Amino acid sequence: MTAAIELAGVNKQFGTLQALADVDLTVQQGEFFGLLGPNGAGKTTLISILAGLARADSGVAKILGHNVRTQYRLARRLLGVVPQELVFDPFFTVREALRIQSGYFGLRQNDDWIEEVMHNLDLTPKADSNMRALSGGMKRRVLVAQALVHKPPVIVLDEPTAGVDVELRRGLWAFIKRLNADGHTVVLTTHYLEEAETLCGRIAMLKEGRVIALDSAANLVRTLHSLQLKVRIEGVFPEQLRIEGVASLGDFHVIPLRDYDELEPTLSVLRTCGCRIVELDLQQPDLEDVFIHLMSRDH
Amino acid sequence: MMTGFPTLFYKEVLRFWKVALQTVAAPVLTSLLYVLIFANLLDRRLEVYPGVPYAMFLIPGLAMMSALQNAFANSSSSLIQSKMTGNVVFVLLAPLSHLEFLGAYVLAAILRGVIVGAGVLLVAVPFWAPTVREPVWLIAFCVVGTGTFGAFGLIAALVVDKIDQMAAFQNFVIMPLTFLSGVFFSIHSLSEFWQKASHLNPVFYMIDGFRYGFFGVSDVAPQISISITLACFATIFAIAFVLVARGHKLRA
Repeated sequence: MTAAIELAGVNKQFGTLQALADVDLTVQQGEFFGLLGPNGAGKTTLISILAGLARADSGVAKILGHNVRTQYRLARRLLGVVPQELVFDPFFTVREALRIQSGYFGLRQNDDWIEEVMHNLDLTPKADSNMRALSGGMKRRVLVAQALVHKPPVIVLDEPTAGVDVELRRGLWAFIKRLNADGHTVVLTTHYLEEAETLCGRIAMLKEGRVIALDSAANLVRTLHSLQLKVRIEGVFPEQLRIEGVASLGDFHVIPLRDYDELEPTLSVLRTCGCRIVELDLQQPDLEDVFIHLMSRDH
Repeated sequence: MMTGFPTLFYKEVLRFWKVALQTVAAPVLTSLLYVLIFANLLDRRLEVYPGVPYAMFLIPGLAMMSALQNAFANSSSSLIQSKMTGNVVFVLLAPLSHLEFLGAYVLAAILRGVIVGAGVLLVAVPFWAPTVREPVWLIAFCVVGTGTFGAFGLIAALVVDKIDQMAAFQNFVIMPLTFLSGVFFSIHSLSEFWQKASHLNPVFYMIDGFRYGFFGVSDVAPQISISITLACFATIFAIAFVLVARGHKLRA
């Protein structure tokens, strides 16, 4: 099966900054794929190359097998992008903006779908409002709607929930999940890591223009091999537990454990030293821990 | 293949039509003021061509000048505003060919130019009785001239980075070119040096040819003027096409 997105040896430089360095990445059709990384990691540059907003210095980028440079019209027809910047055309109402965007894709009789998209994004009450009159959250919804007006098989959302309230996030994700279930491929960049962890089947982490990790969220978390034991005790914290990584957090001591096998010996040391455990919590690492770990490491 | 060209053209027309007071009525009023002042002042004192009083000479040139300026303003302001606000991304994400992109902007510029030009002729009716001797020439000069300025406006918007640079472009290039093109005078009334200088200005041929459409009289043969106007259009359109195809200051 043709990949939804294929990047092979993609490089992009802005002046002295290497925005993307030899990126190879394949997203299969039907995936819900996360693209994570700190600011400046190259996520938006990568999306811009896919969308034709930027041109790779070398390498190949394809949407459903169509080269974004040599077959740009076919590639763009298959792609819907929600840009990160909150941009809008102040001359038009919401409905006009959506009809115009649909028309750009050659779809001039598309009102049924436009109404459905507006309904799902809770935009119907604002359909005839001028774009200037909308709040930031509403403008963000319109951006999402504009990316979906041509029912693209591949949808790229560049931080679609930035500055958006909880209600919209829920509504947006329910709609996007439905589209994904219907077979649309979804690529998401977000700074909300719990969103990525919940939604994405696979996640790529970018740092300084390179893909430094690529796997499912569960497998990425597993690579960290650590648990955190948080204890509040009465008594003096034993010296033999003051190992590397132990930290104090208010009244709590945080002790890193490699695995569950280390739990009982640790508790045993506390008991032997006469410490009474007042409160205890065992925390598993999450994607955020993996993210911080990977981003702080030299690659 | 389904194309986005009609929609981009429609959007560009809607954009200026929604603010028609500023984009159509204002330039028509400005031209009317020129007519009121110059035609009233000079009509009885000047006869530029035999049997053609000054007001009748002035009004077609003024209409063409307004059409050209507004064709330029339409494409340039639309694209520079889209670039500045970032909403040009909606067009860039669409599967439009370079020719569709360019064609839609230029066609909308032609339309605005023609509407403004027609508006100027219409409001000037109390000052003259327009007779069109050569309608084909008139339409040809109007369409090719405004098309040239529409494409020129697109080049300007692609090349500049800021609104103030665009204003400079308008004030230091477009205004002198259009004002010193024989709108207000026949070049035969100039000294030899300025007559030769006027011949280097392509806008002179557009205005002169357009005027020929009304009177059947011109400073230069219309065949020469249309050839020069077409050559200008082809050159400027080709430059604009290359810039659009390269994504000059549009795509990183």
